Amino acid sequence: MSLWSAVLISSALVYSWKLFGYLVPEKFVSNPKIKELAALLTVALLAALVGIQTFASAEGLSIDARVPAIIAAGILFYLRVPFVVVVIVAAAIAALIRLLV
Amino acid sequence: MSNKQQSVTAVSLGVGFATGLYGISFGALSVAAGLDLWQTMALSLLMFSGGSQFAFIGVIATGAGVVPAILSAWLLGVRNGFYAIRMNPVLSVRTLLKPVAAQLTIDESNAVSLLGEPDKRKERFGFWLTGVAVFIFWNVFTFVGAVVGSQIGNPTDWGLDAAAAAAFLGLIWPRLNQSKLLVLAVASAFVATSLSVVLPAGIPVLLTAVLAVVFWLVGMRGDPK
Repeated sequence: MSLWSAVLISSALVYSWKLFGYLVPEKFVSNPKIKELAALLTVALLAALVGIQTFASAEGLSIDARVPAIIAAGILFYLRVPFVVVVIVAAAIAALIRLLV
Repeated sequence: MSNKQQSVTAVSLGVGFATGLYGISFGALSVAAGLDLWQTMALSLLMFSGGSQFAFIGVIATGAGVVPAILSAWLLGVRNGFYAIRMNPVLSVRTLLKPVAAQLTIDESNAVSLLGEPDKRKERFGFWLTGVAVFIFWNVFTFVGAVVGSQIGNPTDWGLDAAAAAAFLGLIWPRLNQSKLLVLAVASAFVATSLSVVLPAGIPVLLTAVLAVVFWLVGMRGDPK
């Protein structure tokens, strides 16, 4: 299979999940219990991404420049600093630590 | 425009820009993995789901071949289906617009929309603005990354991996003042991170959906509404 076919097939498969969700009958999903589940799923999946994005590396788990960056991000979010500022500061902290260490 | 609407606008554009910056990293890594500029752009335009895109090029980079790459991208995309199920009744768009809404249904648009709860108008506004903003920034920056990628060096030198982690944290942050969601978030992060050592990319994140269901069932028993 060529790389181009793989790009197109996988894009279609990823899109099919997105479209599938819109074809589930509304009657089923407008139930408050289902909405509650959807909110829980969102938090669980995104928190999982935070963990993996912070600790996972090619060699397994590691504690590196990302950890102080994410701790700083948590503190800044707590202080209600705007989203985009926090993200840039987190990147800068990680970059600076890697530059110096 | 009300105050609250303005804050949704600020969050949407901030999220769009920050996520877009991470697109530089994707563009650079994709070209490094052996895709050409147009294959890289096809992924950002058509697949348009960061996790799946990184998984795809990551597997290609290891030389494992196209079939594992397709499967990883596909598995990582499941969560967009969950988001779509949530967004469908909120948006209640006409059938013709559903394919467009579907393409914009990603982590960021769903999360910003969730912040608008229970105000349906804010939920819709947050979804569309964030979805369109991320789509534009993500594709422009993918292009930049793919073109200048080899000159900027390793994206991690710029802390772009930490930026992605911080962005995901920011998306759930406003929800973490509820103790149940805070406990779920900590448990999910712990479980997924631990399992990522032994399971293929994408699976550990999906397994935390099981945790969410457990919390949901426990909540229903303890809270008979």
